[in-house]
Amino acid sequence: MSAASQPVHTPAAASSGFFRRYVFSTDHKIIGLQYYFLALLAVTTGIVLSLMMRIHLAWPQAHWPFVSGGILRPEQYLALMTMHGTIMVFFVLTTAPLGAFGNYFLPIQIGAPDMAFPRLNMLSFWFTFAAFVCMLAAFVVPGGAPISGWTAYPPLSGLGNVTGPGEGMGQTMWIVSIGIFCIASLFASINFITTTIEMRAPGMNLMRMPLTVWAWFVTAVMSLLSFGVLLAALIMLVLDRSGGTSFFIPASLVVNGELQAGRSGGWPLLWEHLFWFFGHPEVYIAILPGMGVTSHILSNFSRKPVFGYRAMAATLCAIGFLGFLLWGHHMFVSGMNPYSSLAFSALTLSIGVPSAVKTFNWLGTLWGGQIRFDTPMLFSIGFVSFFVTGGLSGIFLAQPALDNMLHATYYVVAHFHLVMGVAAIFGIFSATYYWFPKMFGRMMDEKLGKLHFWLTFIGAYCIFMPMHFMGIYGGIRRYSDWSGATYLAALRPMHEFMTVAALATAAAQLIFFYNFFRSLASGAKAADNPWRGTTLEWATASPPPIDNFAGAYPRVYRGPYEYSVPGAAEDFTPQHLPPEAMLVNEGARNA
Amino acid sequence: MRGSLAPGLLLFLALTIFVGITVYLFAIHYFSPPPPITMVGVQIDHQYDLTLYATGAAFVLAQLGLGWAVFRYRDRGKPARFTRGNTAIEITWMVMTAAVFLGLGALAAKSWAETRIAKASASAIRVDVTEQQFVYYFRYPGPDGKFGRIDPDLISAPTGNPLGIDPNDPAGRDDIVASTLTVPVNHPIELTITSQDVIHNFFVRELRLQQDAVPGMEVPLHFTPDHIGRYYIMCTQLCGMGHNQMHSFLDVVSDADYQKFLARAEAR
Repeated sequence: MSAASQPVHTPAAASSGFFRRYVFSTDHKIIGLQYYFLALLAVTTGIVLSLMMRIHLAWPQAHWPFVSGGILRPEQYLALMTMHGTIMVFFVLTTAPLGAFGNYFLPIQIGAPDMAFPRLNMLSFWFTFAAFVCMLAAFVVPGGAPISGWTAYPPLSGLGNVTGPGEGMGQTMWIVSIGIFCIASLFASINFITTTIEMRAPGMNLMRMPLTVWAWFVTAVMSLLSFGVLLAALIMLVLDRSGGTSFFIPASLVVNGELQAGRSGGWPLLWEHLFWFFGHPEVYIAILPGMGVTSHILSNFSRKPVFGYRAMAATLCAIGFLGFLLWGHHMFVSGMNPYSSLAFSALTLSIGVPSAVKTFNWLGTLWGGQIRFDTPMLFSIGFVSFFVTGGLSGIFLAQPALDNMLHATYYVVAHFHLVMGVAAIFGIFSATYYWFPKMFGRMMDEKLGKLHFWLTFIGAYCIFMPMHFMGIYGGIRRYSDWSGATYLAALRPMHEFMTVAALATAAAQLIFFYNFFRSLASGAKAADNPWRGTTLEWATASPPPIDNFAGAYPRVYRGPYEYSVPGAAEDFTPQHLPPEAMLVNEGARNA
Repeated sequence: MRGSLAPGLLLFLALTIFVGITVYLFAIHYFSPPPPITMVGVQIDHQYDLTLYATGAAFVLAQLGLGWAVFRYRDRGKPARFTRGNTAIEITWMVMTAAVFLGLGALAAKSWAETRIAKASASAIRVDVTEQQFVYYFRYPGPDGKFGRIDPDLISAPTGNPLGIDPNDPAGRDDIVASTLTVPVNHPIELTITSQDVIHNFFVRELRLQQDAVPGMEVPLHFTPDHIGRYYIMCTQLCGMGHNQMHSFLDVVSDADYQKFLARAEAR
């Protein structure tokens, strides 16, 4: 790939007005930051919703201001839950890892001046923003937010407000919002895939790409193939709700005493198949970038190459591929053909293999290292711990015989929160602390970072470990309170414990926000390469100039993780350093 | 360099304490469910225990391995051990993991097949389960052993016909409709589960079984309870604002009590 094949870009001129430069910018760095701040706004909203849920679960008779009647009603709880899940999965976990960090760093890490389609990039962000506004609007339309969960199974979601409050306009806003989000994601995937294939710097072949780039690339391919299916399902759902069709609605339903006339031939499981065909790859879309970041950071701070780089790239691809074949494990007890459950089970257990290989290789990267414990490294170590814990409960859920007793209990809630709600978030935190100096030219405070890590690490385990036991005992999920069955009363103290832990852990996030914004304003100035990293983002200024490399696009001479190479003068050998420029200390130890 | 002792040690201690607490709570079967009341339930519990041992071992090794690695290999001012990996080790742990995971899956398949693929015994007592927001209805065929025809146009809970049984169908005249499920002990039972409105679920902890109730589908579920008692039936599939209140009871009774139940119901 020669420099002559790089598309000619005219980056936005520095002298443009405020709107052109910071609002409607086509610069991938600005767009990446826009995605990041959108994700911050979304995660704050999502956390507030979850705290309201947790307070209600621990103290169901608590008096709420601004709620008519004072006590939170079941439908209000279910609306909080639906919006919490939706906002977190889409606007945090699908937005920050790929949209924010991928956008910012993919071009720089491959030595490119921008994404392949900068205007499409800008459109992707603004569509995502519009989708978020539409989602928030669901709270304020008549009937309020939908109550059908982020999974929105029809007929609960398919018949309008006859099935429950929030299922009218609120559900419509939800559908429109996610539909817009799908389109934004499709645009973004096209950009990521094209950029990675077409715009790598000379010398950067596939086996010299940082694992972050591999992860973003596989994630983008997964997005491309899955969001289209979700969009199709949403269109079908809109038609069922407003167009008189019956994709998902069988004949002769009687809801609330009313016969639903004019419907026939629909099958609710069709939605489940379509939704989960998207939904399962979606959760890998949420975690894969974090895995790439973890490999990248563990290597940087252990001062060792990634253990088994080829295997790490191959397992990202394997997880991406296998992730499309597993969706039925969400449907073991749905009434689906039981033979297909056995097939989905075998495939689900198989994806545990590349995931385990990645874990072993992370340990292998640490083994024999000289580990520095800066905050980005602490969060990456935390990622490994939470990924192991959360991933192992998946082995139980992957067996349909066990799913008979664990499906839709708090055991599942523990599983997906540990992998998505904690491990993926730790990936976002470690990426933030790691790349903050590059993005903003300032260092974050180390002491506050370490305090944030420890409180969050302990707090997150306190919140989510008890959920395993609740689930095994028979604690059902999506219950607005546990007064329905007497046996659930025994779990009240556990709910209180988890709520106190959640409140404390949420409070600890204020340390992060304070650190982030104070460092933006007055943090110590950052050098070009504060972490002594080898990849191309560290070869340019902090923050990078508008075209990323001030016209001096790098050429790549070696792999991305050449740390502590025997015979080299430094304990890191950057990718772009020509061999003749390297200082070699014959027979001497590395610094 | 010197500053790496504290965080390395702290991580090692934190992970060790975490592993200790977790293993302890699982080992004492903290908040385990009530014992199963079917033979298959016992098998399912056994499979759960097997999975717990395997994943427990992996959990302990991985978390303690992580803790040990970050403590032992903290920065001490020496060069790191340069290696790109080890293909032999990679293949070994890949094969071992695959064997354990797929082995567990293969063992679990038997219990699944017994509950879902194998047909119910021909002598099973058949009960239709119809769910709706937010109640359960259980229909028995009555002495003639036949279920009456259902017509959705006739559904009217307020006038005593919540399932829409056709009054002109003689087979339906002796159908029994109850709001709890009463069955005799040690007898095979076959449920046919459906819903009138949205997706619901039928879950009994002690049976170690659950099945979604899908409108437009009739899904069979069979079991043979071997212990007399009253057990909660819970709805686990989000079905609307009354989801958390939607439950019923499975009453497993003696043969004599079951005959009394049928007689009382028919007398009405």
